[in-house]
Amino acid sequence: MAAREVRRLSLWQDRIQTEVEISGRGQPLVYLHGPWGLAPDRAFVAGLADGHTVYAPKFPGTTHGNPDAIHALDNWFDLTVYYGELFDKLELSAPAVVGHSFGGLVAAEFAASAPKSVGRLVLIDPVGLWRDDAPVKNWMILSDKVRRPSLFANSDGEAARRFFDVPSDPAERIDTLAQFIWAQACSGKFVWPIADRGFSKHAHRIAAPTLIVWGAGDGIIPPVYAQEFARRIADARVELIDDAGHLPHLEHPEAVTKVVRTFLGS
Amino acid sequence: MFHLMPYRDLPADFERLYNSAYIDPVWFDVADSDKVGQFYNATLDEMLYAAKAGLHGLCTNQHHQNVYGFMANPSIMGAVLARQTNGQNIAIIQLGSTLPSTTPPTRIAEEYAMLDCISGGRLVAGFPTGLPADATISNGVIPVEQRERFREALALVIKAWSARDIFAWNGRHYQLGMVNLWPRPIQQPHPPIWIPGSGISSTAEYVVGQDHCFCHLSYYGAKNAEQVSDRYWELVARKGRDDNPYRFSFLQLIGVGETDREAEELYAEHAEYFFHKLLYTPTYYQAIPGCLEYEALVQSLRHNPRASINLRELKAKDLFDRGFVVVGSPKTVREQLLDGIKRLRMGHLLALLHFGSMPTALCKKNIDLFAREVLPHLADLWDDTYEDRWWPERLKAKRPAAALATAS
Repeated sequence: MAAREVRRLSLWQDRIQTEVEISGRGQPLVYLHGPWGLAPDRAFVAGLADGHTVYAPKFPGTTHGNPDAIHALDNWFDLTVYYGELFDKLELSAPAVVGHSFGGLVAAEFAASAPKSVGRLVLIDPVGLWRDDAPVKNWMILSDKVRRPSLFANSDGEAARRFFDVPSDPAERIDTLAQFIWAQACSGKFVWPIADRGFSKHAHRIAAPTLIVWGAGDGIIPPVYAQEFARRIADARVELIDDAGHLPHLEHPEAVTKVVRTFLGS
Repeated sequence: MFHLMPYRDLPADFERLYNSAYIDPVWFDVADSDKVGQFYNATLDEMLYAAKAGLHGLCTNQHHQNVYGFMANPSIMGAVLARQTNGQNIAIIQLGSTLPSTTPPTRIAEEYAMLDCISGGRLVAGFPTGLPADATISNGVIPVEQRERFREALALVIKAWSARDIFAWNGRHYQLGMVNLWPRPIQQPHPPIWIPGSGISSTAEYVVGQDHCFCHLSYYGAKNAEQVSDRYWELVARKGRDDNPYRFSFLQLIGVGETDREAEELYAEHAEYFFHKLLYTPTYYQAIPGCLEYEALVQSLRHNPRASINLRELKAKDLFDRGFVVVGSPKTVREQLLDGIKRLRMGHLLALLHFGSMPTALCKKNIDLFAREVLPHLADLWDDTYEDRWWPERLKAKRPAAALATAS
């Protein structure tokens, strides 16, 4: 596994401190994590780093020691301007951008607002659209009984176990749980209570070739949304991942990494 | 007297049908609008009865989409109570309208000012942040914004009540170009402000910082609240505030009978109804990510004493023994309440004299016994040493002896 550098950036008139985990070597790739923070996605990110320099920023508010950073951003306009600043600070020029779930919508909105800033776009089970006949579940208020099989096709599998696992050390346990909950709070600020904030009006502005990856058994956002995204984005294609839920990159990291790498030509 | 206005006639198998009192129960499967009309009226009757019996205040509250209590707009109830109690020495305690879920919050400033005018300056202005499910699910407030909206809204309301000139409010959550509130409250610069909370979090810090009255709305009794009250009084001392007990209010379920045995028999089914059916809300509707600020979240993960209690497994006897409900003869209730009042340094006791499926006749008996046999022994407790700075000025001269005399 490639060595990982953690760079701490001060942004947004010094009101947001954020860590960016940088690993690998090759063409730049930005990875935007989902509502549960960067921690569950690290193994997947490491896989992407084989052939890319991966930049994985933590969402505002989810960097240790700076939870209140989330109060510095009020709306989607703030958020897209913020990501412009982040990309500039990292001196990124039209990198590939991969986003999962909530991170997928951030990636898509950024690609729509600054079409020349994203070279290629990968959206893994993104939020952002709504159909009354296929409502998206609010992942922040699900019982354990519903949440587990909604997130994972195999709710008793290794990926699900690892995702919900908490350390036995009491202090580490509290920290892990607090981060897991707070990451949902921070991302939830931009998608509560329904993750439809007008992306369908912006989608036509995406210029980057786009790959849409969807877990065929996603119980949070039904896979019909894959086509909903694809038909709104000019140059888009869809890859369904069998036997995977809302977190296909955790349940079947090899399969997801393979389609992503093929798409990126790496 | 505090009243929740619950649904009093849930199906016997409600617990089997629903895992939550909040959000999930489907109206047309469970409830009946004609019955609910009776319940609203019964609630008003019971509260007005309490006013005549000599209690000092009537508390309403705001909740949504649940069976546990649904005064969706407490100002509507408060308006009836204010009007019907004119001439009586009783406070109208709105505890109250939830600011973060009302836009613009000046709407609440107006409603409260109306209530203060109608009641002749008897309003206590309560401002809850709102239960997570109420604010974020029923009203769509973004969880992580709930508390900052609350603070901004309250600052706006207070300014709107007392500003001499028309002003512009350029806030983060609210923007109003010309604020010139009609009417203004009789009580200037503002009525006493009470703010409820279920524990010592950032809200309690804020309340003490602003010198408002903090109301600990626990349903687990004074017997189990010492940890919260200790932390509250430590906070008060740390912030350099005085130890005036009137800056602390506490809610208690109370059931008074002629004897201990009679009381236990009379209130058992209603206590079980309350804790098994009405209060049962699962964690995923309470601990919604963002409703607690980060520090408070860490604290709650460190220490959550009730996390392991399954209320539905507790029988009435357990609920009484654990002190969740103070039940017994007047003597027993007096002793237990006095002990709690002193231990917690409670200035205002919010007596929940109606709970669960209790019918009006029993509620009135409870009110009668409480007002006649218990209240006279509790009132005046702190008055030699402390002034209640969180009580309507116009009522102070008359309470409590005069109020009791009126009732007799």
